Amino acid sequence: MYDTPNTERDVDQKEIKIEARGVQVFYGTTHAIKDVDVDIEDKTVTAFIGPSGCGKSTFLRCLNRMNDTIDICRVEGKIEIDGDDIYDKRVDPVQLRAKVGMVFQKPNPFPKSIYDNIAYGPRIHGLAKTKADLDEIVEKSLRRGAIWDEVKDRLHAPGTGLSGGQQQRLCIARAVATEPEVLLMDEPCSALDPIATAQVEELIDELRENYSVVIVTHSMQQAARVSQKTAFFHLGNLVEFGETGKIFTNPEDSRTESYITGRIG
Amino acid sequence: MTDASMDNAAEGARRTISLYADDDLTRKRNAAEKRFQAYGIAAIAAGLFFLIVLLVSIVGSGVGAFQQTFITVPVYLDEAKLDKNGNRDVEDIKKVSTFGYNPLIEQAVFDKVTENGIATPLAKRGDMKALLSASAAAQVRDTVIANPDLIGQTVEFRILASSRVDGYLKGRVKREDVERDKNIDAEHLDLVDAFVASGVIQKQFNVDFILGADASESRPEQAGIGVAMLGSFFMMIVVLLLSLPIGVAASIYLEEFAPQNRWTDMIEVNISNLAAVPSIVFGILGLAVFIQFAHLPQSAPLVGGLVLTLMTLPTIIISTRASLKAVPPSIRDAALGVGASKMQAVFHHVLPLAMPGILTGTIIGLAQALGETAPLLLIGMVGYIATNYPGGIAEGFLSPNSAMPAQIYEWAKRADPAYYERAWGGIIILLVFLLTMNIIAIILRRRFERRW
Ligand SMILES: Nc1ncnc2c1ncn2[C@@H]1O[C@H](COP(=O)(O)OP(=O)(O)OP(=O)(O)O)[C@@H](O)[C@H]1O
Ligand SMILES: [Mg+2]
Repeated sequence: MYDTPNTERDVDQKEIKIEARGVQVFYGTTHAIKDVDVDIEDKTVTAFIGPSGCGKSTFLRCLNRMNDTIDICRVEGKIEIDGDDIYDKRVDPVQLRAKVGMVFQKPNPFPKSIYDNIAYGPRIHGLAKTKADLDEIVEKSLRRGAIWDEVKDRLHAPGTGLSGGQQQRLCIARAVATEPEVLLMDEPCSALDPIATAQVEELIDELRENYSVVIVTHSMQQAARVSQKTAFFHLGNLVEFGETGKIFTNPEDSRTESYITGRIG
Repeated sequence: MTDASMDNAAEGARRTISLYADDDLTRKRNAAEKRFQAYGIAAIAAGLFFLIVLLVSIVGSGVGAFQQTFITVPVYLDEAKLDKNGNRDVEDIKKVSTFGYNPLIEQAVFDKVTENGIATPLAKRGDMKALLSASAAAQVRDTVIANPDLIGQTVEFRILASSRVDGYLKGRVKREDVERDKNIDAEHLDLVDAFVASGVIQKQFNVDFILGADASESRPEQAGIGVAMLGSFFMMIVVLLLSLPIGVAASIYLEEFAPQNRWTDMIEVNISNLAAVPSIVFGILGLAVFIQFAHLPQSAPLVGGLVLTLMTLPTIIISTRASLKAVPPSIRDAALGVGASKMQAVFHHVLPLAMPGILTGTIIGLAQALGETAPLLLIGMVGYIATNYPGGIAEGFLSPNSAMPAQIYEWAKRADPAYYERAWGGIIILLVFLLTMNIIAIILRRRFERRW
């Protein structure tokens, strides 16, 4: 039914990058995430799937503390990146977000030039000493975002003037420009056509070499194609988490099976 | 099955109506739409009509103030009268008051009568007084004091005509009114006609109306709005320097940083309420706080500016918050997502996008403040106040002054109908300022919007 997961993909044990234990999230009185434990490995693509409203975005946003910007949101439990608890008082969320980049569901380039879109992060983090350094970072990031060839002649044109798919790849390039260690992607392809989707998926596969990637998706085909690990969320619970191949071919939980065969969701 | 066949039947029935013929519902809908558009056009037409009536009446009544009647005569500056000692010592010359100059000027005008061979029953030099502004002697005296070497020479002066003569040339003073007027007679008007014919009396553009100072009640021909304009200018500086930074900082904090709780809700409600407080309330507050409590000088543009700042702040805060709210949240997410701090996100991305709205709000607030009169009544900025330009920046803020709208109100209040014309003229100048500010707002908005 789905593309069979690539058997060549290495599924052997890797270093744990993010370790979440007993995570609970409340929006006021709404209990959005209920006691979730998950281990996200380094240099691996982890997919979060599940029906709408089950808390995938909420959990993803816990990983770089974007939920801090929502007044009514409260997070409990422990999330460690490389052994450091990111909700510790000593952690500056701004520094954390430089380490854990994010790509959003809707492409959201800054209303500035393509160049400035990419250069903004490196500039505020002081990653480039000279203009030449910055130019190099911009080029490298745009190449990584698989969009260099399309925009190299108009780096100073507005980023908002690109097509939706180009904008999303620009946003991915912007996210990798700050050299994050983890890349969070919330339905990055929902606004894209099949060709752009394929490009982004290819890109995600390449990014896996350097980063730990977490992707939220509604497309089970996509999860099967790009991820090595899959987590299935349902009504705020993490129902099942494991090798992508296993989840899609031989799920343990009946809810997972119903969902991937299209009976709930 | 039956359902389906009924559907088909209904469809078949509908098909019989041609697409070229409107059905009843469509006709009704189109009629309603047409009616609504007609209302809209009627409303706009009515608005335009009143606007045109307003503009025509303002310009019609006020344009006269920009012209003034002058008498051009060569005045013999008699040494025997002006400098008895003959040593051109300024102190000595200053001892001669304006009374010493009047006869010389009147003589000069009288000479023009003989020179042009005008037949008039006004046979005395003193009869010329009614043609001249009371300010004439002061004008000549100031010139002489500034340059004593002129004494002994015959110098050509352009002297203000009295407001009655000015009114006669502008059609304000009619011959039938003159019988009841003790300032001027029909004979004088005949003489004025003759002088106009020979070019001694002329209507000319009057820079002093735009640049000059207010004058006493009896000298409308001398009054100008320039000093009040300067008062308004100093007030606007105070308003801009205080309300823009305070207003923008307050809005940014409330909109981007403050937690949503009862306190911020209360502050929000209060700011909205402040915007609706009548301006006279701010005036009495200013009187109590700035003048009676803080002992700042009365009638000073500084105090006026402070009061107007209080009034302008809510306008700026409300418009700034609205334009901050209008910036899509995805921009903030994008900035935070690449590791910008909240402040960086606001200052690098949100604020530039909100700038056009903030600027527009600020300029509208300033324009409101510029036209505000009521609070100025209470802090003593209305009345016959300034006779001179302030001597410097500090004096500009602190010495008593008026403001443009207050000056207009003051003129409209005065008895002499000549002041009525000046009030309208003042309104023209005020409107020019407001129009300029609005144009600046539009230009700034365009400029900033071009950065996408
Ligand atoms: N800002 C918020 N305020 C209050 N409740 C929220 C907020 N964001 C999300 N929620 C609630 O939390 C729950 C999980 O939402 P979340 O956005 O994480 O779902 P999701 O799995 O990402 O759904 P989708 O697939 O539709 O994006 C939902 O019940 C939602 O109503
Ligand atoms: Mg979501």
